[in-house]
Amino acid sequence: MSSVTRKAPSLAVRIWSERWAYVFLLPTLLLFGAYTVWPIISSLYYSMLDWKGLGAERPFVGLANYREAFGDPLFWKSLGVTLTIIAVTVPLRVGLSLLTALVLNNPRLPLARVFRTALFVPAVTTTAIIGVVMGFIFDPAGGPVNQLLLDLGIVDQPVDFLGDPGTSLWTVMGVHMWKWFGITLVYWLAALQTIPTTVYEAARTDGAGGWAALRHVTLPLLRPFLIIIVLLTAIETMQIFDLVLTMTNGGPFFSTLATEVYIYQQAFAGSTPRLGYGAALGVLFGLVTLVFAALQAVGIRYADRVRSRS
Amino acid sequence: MSAASGLRAKRRRLGIWAQVIVLAVICVVWVYPLLWIFSASLKDSLGVFSGGLGLIPDALHFENYARAWQDADFGLYTVNSVVVTLGTVALVVLRCALAGYVIARRNFIGKRAVVAVLVATLFAPHGLTIIPVVELSDLMGLLNSRTGIVLALAGSGHVAAVLLYAGYFSRVPRELEEAAIMDGAGFLRTFFRVMLPLAGPVTATVGVMTFLAAWNNFFLPLVFTFSRPDLRTLAVGMLAFRGTNSTDWSGLAAAGTISLIPLLLVFLALQRYFVEGVAGAVKS
Repeated sequence: MSSVTRKAPSLAVRIWSERWAYVFLLPTLLLFGAYTVWPIISSLYYSMLDWKGLGAERPFVGLANYREAFGDPLFWKSLGVTLTIIAVTVPLRVGLSLLTALVLNNPRLPLARVFRTALFVPAVTTTAIIGVVMGFIFDPAGGPVNQLLLDLGIVDQPVDFLGDPGTSLWTVMGVHMWKWFGITLVYWLAALQTIPTTVYEAARTDGAGGWAALRHVTLPLLRPFLIIIVLLTAIETMQIFDLVLTMTNGGPFFSTLATEVYIYQQAFAGSTPRLGYGAALGVLFGLVTLVFAALQAVGIRYADRVRSRS
Repeated sequence: MSAASGLRAKRRRLGIWAQVIVLAVICVVWVYPLLWIFSASLKDSLGVFSGGLGLIPDALHFENYARAWQDADFGLYTVNSVVVTLGTVALVVLRCALAGYVIARRNFIGKRAVVAVLVATLFAPHGLTIIPVVELSDLMGLLNSRTGIVLALAGSGHVAAVLLYAGYFSRVPRELEEAAIMDGAGFLRTFFRVMLPLAGPVTATVGVMTFLAAWNNFFLPLVFTFSRPDLRTLAVGMLAFRGTNSTDWSGLAAAGTISLIPLLLVFLALQRYFVEGVAGAVKS
């Protein structure tokens, strides 16, 4: 790293002099190595095995699992479901939470903190618990949502929100939006806090009214954050396992089969677990996530450039 | 002139109050599902069905809690969730503070490689890592144990926590460390006596975010407890409860309330750190 000088200490000396640094790193190297790095690497190998359960024989089959995945309509269906959830909920969440954040950011707004807390509360609740409870909140036989719709005369037959493939995915997406809205809201509030109040004051002395200040001052300053927030929200949405598994288990008729749920079903929930195939699906899913993460890295670099210019 | 500006001020105040009313309605709708769960936990089964969206039970049926706590084993699951969560928080805070400190302050060989690997794996999804994690835990005899769950929860991810500590420690003035060393403190003492206490705010944020992640985690404890129902956490227990008792809605609501109350109390008490932890993702 440092340029080589005439009397550079030998490698061993340099390592020894920083021995405490390695001792401090040890817990992370061991734990993170075992539970994050090793799984990522070994998945590549496991994905090439015909592996039917822990401790079972697992012959090497090369790329057969990948070949099967590319021809597996359910895998494509699951990617479609995951990407549909992202395409529908991410723009809505990011847009609506920006709107809410702009309103909440007004220092003259009374009760702003109470509102923020209320909107954030669902985000701290346990997703799996919410998923199970939503099962009976949307139940067609006596669930409160259907009761309300019937009482108001909006429908005359109970709607089987989670049992009908035409409505199940929309219901899951609605609950998902409700559950995680507060996170995106806090992202935007944090972004808004980076704009110093002097900027607004300057805009006002220049004669800019509320709308003009919003259009020409606030929104341009928020633009670099838009990329980061969209991609963070998208990457979080990729992992929608908990809610889907507890609300619908991927059904009915695979209408809500998110990719992680399909991986789980293949690897753990079937009558014969298919760990090798699950690992292959996991690798492909990881690659899709990687695309989003790469976009994120590019986006952040772009955002930094925009910010340093202004 | 003054009349016009007075009118404008009045209109602006009206606008603010219109916003407050709209927001208040939205917020009530927002927390309503949670309120409904709490109220359903005090109704009898018939009341849950016939009550619709009503929040007021006709009588308080605390026996739902007794049923959830004892018959459905939620007492046991609460203990499991508490043990798993506290173990994970302690391990994560310790390992991330140690790693963040040396990454921020020491120039050791391999540092750039360590940071590169951490950042590269920031977004590794559970779907990718879960199978090898299960197999590794099985080989180490940890698959059906709370220790195994804690190690897996503490080991996977938490890159953001390491970076948060590293960022904080890199801003602490060097003189503090040098003074401690002048006083004869070694590497360990300098860290535990001087640096770690200084990083209190980061520890609070990391602790609270890890608490949330561990308490709410579902995927890992689900696959770790297939053959050991007595080790289920609350989230996993809830799914199992519905599997065996799909018609006991008030019992389910009570079980859900038992699982959510500790979380909401921690959140309301330490809200600042939650918000900081989430906002940190955007700011850094």
